[in-house]
Amino acid sequence: MARPAQAAPGSGRSGSARPAVEAPADRTALRPIVAAAVSTRRGIELALLAFAAIITTGALVLVEANQNQELNLTLLYLGLGYLALFGAAHLAVRKFAPYADPVMLPCAALLNGLGLVMIHRIDLAKAVRAINLGNPAPDPDAVKQLAWLALGLVIFVVVMWRVNDHRALARYGFTAGFIGLVLLGLPAILPSTFSEVNGAKIWIRVGGAGIQPGEFAKILLTIFFASFLVSKRELFTTAGKHFLGMTFPRPRDLAPLLIAWVVAMGVLVFESDLGTSLMFFGIVLSMIYVATERSSWVLIGLVIFGAGAFAAWTFVSRVQLRVDVWLNPLGDPANTSFQVAQGLFGLATGGMLGTGLGAGRPDLVPLSSTDFIFTSMGEELGLVGLMALLLLYGLISTRALRTALAVRDTFGKLLAAGLGFTIMIQVFVVAGGVIDLIPNTGQAAPFMSYGGSSLVANYALVALVLRVSNAARQPASEKDKARAEPGQSPAAHRAPLAEANTEMVSRGEAATPPQGSPATPHEAAGAPYGGAVSPAAGATPPRGGPLAPSGHGPAGPNQPGPNQAGPNPPGPAGQSGPGAHRPGPVPPPSRDRTRSGEHADGGRTRE
Amino acid sequence: MPELVLQLTRAAFLALLWLFVFAALRVVRSDLYAASGLRAAPGRRPSRGGGTSKPGRGGGRSSGPKALIVTAGALAGTRIALDGRPIMLGRADDSTLVLDDDYASTRHARISQSGDDWYVEDLGSTNGTYLDRAKVTGPTKVPPGTPIRIGKTVIELRT
Repeated sequence: MARPAQAAPGSGRSGSARPAVEAPADRTALRPIVAAAVSTRRGIELALLAFAAIITTGALVLVEANQNQELNLTLLYLGLGYLALFGAAHLAVRKFAPYADPVMLPCAALLNGLGLVMIHRIDLAKAVRAINLGNPAPDPDAVKQLAWLALGLVIFVVVMWRVNDHRALARYGFTAGFIGLVLLGLPAILPSTFSEVNGAKIWIRVGGAGIQPGEFAKILLTIFFASFLVSKRELFTTAGKHFLGMTFPRPRDLAPLLIAWVVAMGVLVFESDLGTSLMFFGIVLSMIYVATERSSWVLIGLVIFGAGAFAAWTFVSRVQLRVDVWLNPLGDPANTSFQVAQGLFGLATGGMLGTGLGAGRPDLVPLSSTDFIFTSMGEELGLVGLMALLLLYGLISTRALRTALAVRDTFGKLLAAGLGFTIMIQVFVVAGGVIDLIPNTGQAAPFMSYGGSSLVANYALVALVLRVSNAARQPASEKDKARAEPGQSPAAHRAPLAEANTEMVSRGEAATPPQGSPATPHEAAGAPYGGAVSPAAGATPPRGGPLAPSGHGPAGPNQPGPNQAGPNPPGPAGQSGPGAHRPGPVPPPSRDRTRSGEHADGGRTRE
Repeated sequence: MPELVLQLTRAAFLALLWLFVFAALRVVRSDLYAASGLRAAPGRRPSRGGGTSKPGRGGGRSSGPKALIVTAGALAGTRIALDGRPIMLGRADDSTLVLDDDYASTRHARISQSGDDWYVEDLGSTNGTYLDRAKVTGPTKVPPGTPIRIGKTVIELRT
């Protein structure tokens, strides 16, 4: 009798004679096929990167030509240097995350390249103006930005290299949350001389150099929310009142949202920056929505944020000023609303097709290479070009959401979705600010604006998403191989519980049980597969705990059991609510252990 | 720079920019199924077929079950294409088919392929897995069309 090849190692042993003969042929047949079927698409990534380098070099040539600069081979070398930098990043992806998404890095590279060209173009204009005024030309920002780009790519590679498994980040959830909160709040506490630039206290400046800690805080806080929501999701999904076709949470469950709201309002009032505040609160809301699938949370969040913002507008003069400029951008164009008005004039000058790179006057807008780079781009590339740039942002963000859909573990889903939303919200805040859709803020456009913190943080963000994406797209057989490589028994390398059963046990391994595996026939007798799973579950309790709340005791005590009688819609992860169907307030201590015992009863038991 | 050249380069640059966007979108389109892990069966067959001409594997491809269909229970109507990988059934959110069923265990059962046949095995569930009427105790061969019962959920393999 032929046993199925994918049976547990223990049960496969008795019937090993036939499969063992087949195994070598099977193994050689299976591996190359799988490798061919699931293409890594790294070649496409490289091609797109080369395309981005061509566009960037072309943009540089156009700027130089339109600014009547000398055209020589240096420009070509600059383009090649740019390609080399991203080529190195590409090689790192190839090595550390071969199955990662092929589109995100090229899109980021193109945005970054065009941003660099625009910064260089504004440098030229500034230098001309300084010379006309008889001042020495200022240091070119483009060179500094290039250095930041190199640092950003180093961070990119380091994140790729050090974060082998994104699920490991879940363990540092609260640490990340604490550091993120400190980074977010630090500029508010520091004296203005260290933290205030142009009215917004979102900097930490020591000497000449400064960083915007909020840029790093957004990643750390996303990690925190992802791990928090995975372990405490039931807190957000308990049933409340039905009203207007939505299920509203009970008032007492609002505490986490209110805490986030207090933090966001604190940022708004003490740092006078709507952008950071909106971004922080937007990340919270979007992640709660992704985790619970309930629009009521978003509604409540928007209402209380609106109320808080209204209150801030009533009491804080700095916020009032920004709102006045927003409502009346041409009211005082020589003074308070000068920047916004000039930005709008710039966009109007650009029109549909723009003035052409290097042929406009984007430098007339203050901060045209940082916060207002969108108007610079809009002036020289026109609406058509600006839309292409926004689509590139959209691509990055949707690829992150796609990754969230494809990855199997809940933490990865929330992390990728949260990071995707982060990019989108930031672009919305920046673009909405410069086109006067929302009050203007001092946020940097991801990848494009001049600014080191933003660039480095966003490359770290992309690296994290690529990490998750690699886990999502990696075929099961490859995971198996990678795990077997270090030469230890597969059981020791078995994935945390969230994944333990879905991996493909390849034919060869099943036929010849690995030596030293704890799953001997005797141990595995009670539960055919349980013998192989339980050691993994026992060996990694901190990981299995937050990742698979539905399958484990540890998540149990947090559930307000008797109150969970209402309907419990499965989240977007497809996870059923953990405590919803349990009649008793106290769940069984560990179901994995008791399962084989109950199995013998034969009676139907509700779980 | 002459005005004409300026206008031409301006338009050409915008065209190039959009070309990049479309190239990226094209990659995204061709990538839609590959990322999900639940790749549609027709897309995958040809690439596999080329290498599966080895004796003992190639023949069974065409005759074996091609899909798993839920015929009763909350998920009735769900269809999962079979591509040779094992199908995990249970309430755990990482299962291939996530059962939202009071009588299903977290990791309830597994359906996996061996040669041309598919086998179901119970993973130590509390309430058991039933193939047609009989309780599944060890790995059991599943003929196409035979109902597999897990709690209130019934699934079948279809050719």
